[in-house]
Amino acid sequence: MFSLKRQSVSEAAIELLITLLMLIVCFATLYPIWYVLVNAFNDGADAMRGGIYWWPRVFSLKSFIAVFQSNGIVTAMGITVAKTVVGVAVHVFFTAMVAYAFSRKELIGRRIYMFIGTVTMFFGGGLIPYYLLIRDLHLLDNFLVYVIPAAFSFFDLIIFLSFFREIPAGLEEAARIDGANDFQIFYKVIIPVSMPVVATIALFHGVYQWNDYFTGMIYINDMDLQPIQTFLYRVVAQSSSNQMLAAMPSGVSVTVTSQSLKLATMVVTTAPIVFVYPFLQKYFVKGFMIGSIKG
Amino acid sequence: MSVKAGTEPNLRKTATGRTGIPMWMRRIIGQRYLQAMALLGVAWMVIFNYIPMYGIIIAFKNYDIIRPISAAPWVGLEHFRELFEDENLKYVVRNTIGMSLIKLVIGFPLPIIFALLLNELRSMIFKRWVQTISYLPHFLSWVILGGIMATWLSDVGIVNKVLMALNFIHEPIFYLAEPKYFWGIVITSDIWKELGWSAIIYLAAISSISPELYEAATIDGAGRGQKMWNITLPSIKGTISILFILAISGVLNSNFDQILVLRNSLNETSSNVIDVYVYQVGLLSGRYSYATAVGLIKAVIALALLLGANGITKRLSNTSLF
Repeated sequence: MFSLKRQSVSEAAIELLITLLMLIVCFATLYPIWYVLVNAFNDGADAMRGGIYWWPRVFSLKSFIAVFQSNGIVTAMGITVAKTVVGVAVHVFFTAMVAYAFSRKELIGRRIYMFIGTVTMFFGGGLIPYYLLIRDLHLLDNFLVYVIPAAFSFFDLIIFLSFFREIPAGLEEAARIDGANDFQIFYKVIIPVSMPVVATIALFHGVYQWNDYFTGMIYINDMDLQPIQTFLYRVVAQSSSNQMLAAMPSGVSVTVTSQSLKLATMVVTTAPIVFVYPFLQKYFVKGFMIGSIKG
Repeated sequence: MSVKAGTEPNLRKTATGRTGIPMWMRRIIGQRYLQAMALLGVAWMVIFNYIPMYGIIIAFKNYDIIRPISAAPWVGLEHFRELFEDENLKYVVRNTIGMSLIKLVIGFPLPIIFALLLNELRSMIFKRWVQTISYLPHFLSWVILGGIMATWLSDVGIVNKVLMALNFIHEPIFYLAEPKYFWGIVITSDIWKELGWSAIIYLAAISSISPELYEAATIDGAGRGQKMWNITLPSIKGTISILFILAISGVLNSNFDQILVLRNSLNETSSNVIDVYVYQVGLLSGRYSYATAVGLIKAVIALALLLGANGITKRLSNTSLF
């Protein structure tokens, strides 16, 4: 009786300790973002003094208004939205289509095709030969550079493949008897029953497209084609606030500084993803389950 | 492609049928939609994966931008000999391996510990909240993170303000301008960004452990610590091994996106890494052949590390990638 009680006391102490530790982790995760957020909502000139930790000292939305008045920023946002929407649609459809073909046992040449793909996961040509290829394909300064080179991923194909294997064969048989060909079976039968894995890959690729600044930095010189992340990279990493100020519409009040405009742009850029991912959580956790079972 | 041994002779006989079209060809025509779908993928891989592999030959040539690859003169191993005389490459390789090893030693075990502790929480709601919050930084891009770091570390940023208030320093430090702080900044920001995300795969593995194992252990009088050590850890050993192989083979892969955002000319000596160096030498200075040679050496060593790590874990724990 006594030992039982003592055990439960120490159990409770461990529980409390872990809970505290997890609260610290949560704080350490959220606070750096909060700090940026309150500074973005503070008046720009006032924020230069520093010392804003918990709440804006002089609340102001001027930086956000300036963001939406700046042509450069709005154009870059448009490119980001366009490349994410088009990129995800193409990537998911194309990779799933190839994965479905690879998943069918009777496919002639299947083992060779799989081998060709497996090699690509462990060895590649590297940056320079890849750049020369993109140039020879006339994809430099071309919107399609965001879409076509990202249309396929063998890694994602494997995730699709392990999902497609679980689909009962009877579904396809019924469609075949109705006279559907393999491509019709793919988009009329397979895609609709594969929504969990489609959502997972769409989220992964969507995050990639939304956050990628590298493609825009290397293959794009035309400022009207650069996505918002590349725009921000040029501001953040090269500290060229000139570009930021140049992007500001004339007549913006002096209380908006390049720093506050930068913070506001960061907030606007990140907000959509942060609002979307918690709702897709159950899908990507499931995607990882497929991956870990495969591994 | 494999045809059962018993049926094969039959197929051969019919292969010389009335139409004169070989049987295998007729089978391919029969699955033409399927073949078209598969071959589109193969064509993509040939273009975007295999043509760049062919492009590696410029490491053995003197390539310049005005002529096609085939017209460039061969120079043999000249560019590889140059590697050994390249003074910059010394600190570039040191930074790449140094940062990776520290990331491996600190960054690899932390998500495992985090997943194990999270699994000990009784309250499912609290657990789900902690998980959701821990994923958040993964969804921020490195550019955004670079902006956050710059805000934190600026002269009026919170780090300098707090350290000055506590009298540790008397004037603000420009952290991103000093080489000695760079590795610490890279490793801390990497752990902050990926801790929760890296833990997902372990949590997925833990959730597939049969509850009966824990029930049996409880009846035998095992405590929490014992269960964690004797059931949970051994059950996710396979997952840990696989991720360890991948981590080892990635030692030469610095996080390009991250380094490019945080580096600048002032912290160059401790911030430049192989991937960034290839980018600078190749695309910015136009020395395509030499940069390709640097990249090739990196890719070959990475492949060797992968095969080596795979072989070792196969022998030690019977799990392997292939």
